[in-house]
Amino acid sequence: MIPWRIVAGIAAKDLRIERRSRTGLLTALLFALMVQLIVVFAHDGGSLPLHVYAPSVLWITVALASLLTLNRAFHLERTHAALDAILLAPVPRAALFWGKWLANVAFVALVIVVALPVWLIWFDVTPVPGLLLLLPVALCTVAGMTAVGTVFSAMAVRTRVGEMLLPVMLLPFFIPPVYFASQATLQLLIERPFAAAALEAWRWVRLLLLFDIAFLTMAHMLFPAVVDE
Amino acid sequence: MTLDPAAAERQLRRGRGVTLFGLAALAALFVVALRFTPPERYQGLAQKIFYVHPPAAYAMQLAFVLMGVASILYLLLKDERFDCFAEASAEVGLLFGGIVVLTGPLWGKPIWGTWWTWEDPRLGFTIIQLLLAAGYFALRSAVRDPVERARFSAVMGVMALLLVPFNHLTVYLFASQHPRPVVLAPERPKAPWEMLRVFFGGLLTFTILYLGFVMQRYGIAVRHALREERIDA
Repeated sequence: MIPWRIVAGIAAKDLRIERRSRTGLLTALLFALMVQLIVVFAHDGGSLPLHVYAPSVLWITVALASLLTLNRAFHLERTHAALDAILLAPVPRAALFWGKWLANVAFVALVIVVALPVWLIWFDVTPVPGLLLLLPVALCTVAGMTAVGTVFSAMAVRTRVGEMLLPVMLLPFFIPPVYFASQATLQLLIERPFAAAALEAWRWVRLLLLFDIAFLTMAHMLFPAVVDE
Repeated sequence: MTLDPAAAERQLRRGRGVTLFGLAALAALFVVALRFTPPERYQGLAQKIFYVHPPAAYAMQLAFVLMGVASILYLLLKDERFDCFAEASAEVGLLFGGIVVLTGPLWGKPIWGTWWTWEDPRLGFTIIQLLLAAGYFALRSAVRDPVERARFSAVMGVMALLLVPFNHLTVYLFASQHPRPVVLAPERPKAPWEMLRVFFGGLLTFTILYLGFVMQRYGIAVRHALREERIDA
C-alpha cells in the first residue's frame, strides 16, 4: 500500500521549493518558448506552412522540457545530502518515487499550460473544439514519460555526467508516448464536432494509458533498487 | 564473493572454441549460399544477404532479450554473474546490431532504391534497440561503484525489456500510415527448400557465434569485475 499522505508531503515539499526560488520553473518556461522559436526560424519559410508542424513541435517541446525538469528533480535532493535525510526517515521507497513523480508531473504540466497558448498563436493552430482535450492528452503523455524519467533521473544524478547522461538514456523511452501523443493531437486538430474528434483521439490515448500503466507499475517496483544503498 | 576466476577463464577458453567453430560455420555458410544455392529470379545476387542479415537480426534480438532477463535475475538474486552476463550480452547484441544496420542498406539500395526507409517498421525498431543499448553502455561507463553500476544498469535493462513491445507497436503503426516506396516489390518470399535450409543454417551459425562471443565476453567481464574488487580492496 502506498501511504498517500507521505507522497503528498514529498510532492508538496518539491513544489514549495520551486515556488520559493522560481528559477527552475522560469527556466523551464523560457526553454519551452525558445524551442518553439527555434523551430519557427529553422523552418524553411517556403513549401509548407508552419501549422503543418504544429503537433510535432508541441511534443518535441514537451519532451525536451520534461528532460530539463527531470534533470533537476534529484539535484534538489543532492545539495546538503537531502536525499539521505529522506532515506533515513521512515519513508517507504515507493512513496518517495510517487512523491517525486507527482511533483515532476505538476511541474511539466505547469510549463505546458503556459506554453500551449503561445504554441496556438505562433503555429497558427485553428481553434477547433477538439483542442479542449489537448491538456488531458498532455497529462497522459507526461505521466508515462515522467515515470521512466523519475527513476532514471535518480540514477543519473549519482553519476559524474548526469546532465548529459539522462537524455541519452531517456529519449528512446520517449519515442512511443511522443508518437501516440502527436497522432492524438493530429486527430484533435481536424475541424469536426467535439465527440467525433474525441473518439478518434481516444484510439491513441488508450495506447498512452497503456504505456502509463506499464511504466508506472515498473517504476514503482524498480525505484527502491535505485535509492537503496 | 560469487565470482569465480577459474570459472571465468574456463568460459573464456570454451568461448574461444565455440567462436572458432561458429566462424568456420560462417565461412561454410558463405560458400554454400554463394556457390551451392540457386540465385533468386528477380533480386539476383542481392538476395544472398538474406542468409546473413535476418540471422544477425535474430541474434541481436536474442542478445537483448537475454540481457533483459539477466537484469531481472540480478535484481531478484543480486548475483554478480548476472550483471556480467547482461553486460556481455548487451555488447554482443550491439555488435550484431551493427552487422544488421550495415548489411541492410546494402540490400535496400539495389532492391528498394533507397539506403534507408522509415516505412519498413523493422528498420526503426532495430535502430531504437541499438540506441537503447548504447544508452545502457553510457550509463555503465558513468557509474564508478561496481555494485551501484550493476543495480542501475539492471534497472535500465528491465525498463528496456518492457519498452520492446511498445517499440514494436510504435514502428508498426508508424509504418502502416505510409505507402511503401518499393522499386521492386519483394513479396514475402515463398522460398524453395534449397534456400530455406541455408537460411536455417544461417540462424544456427549466428546462434553459435552468439554463444561463443558471449561466453568470451562474460569471461572478460568477470576478469574486469575481479580486478575492480582488488583495486578497491
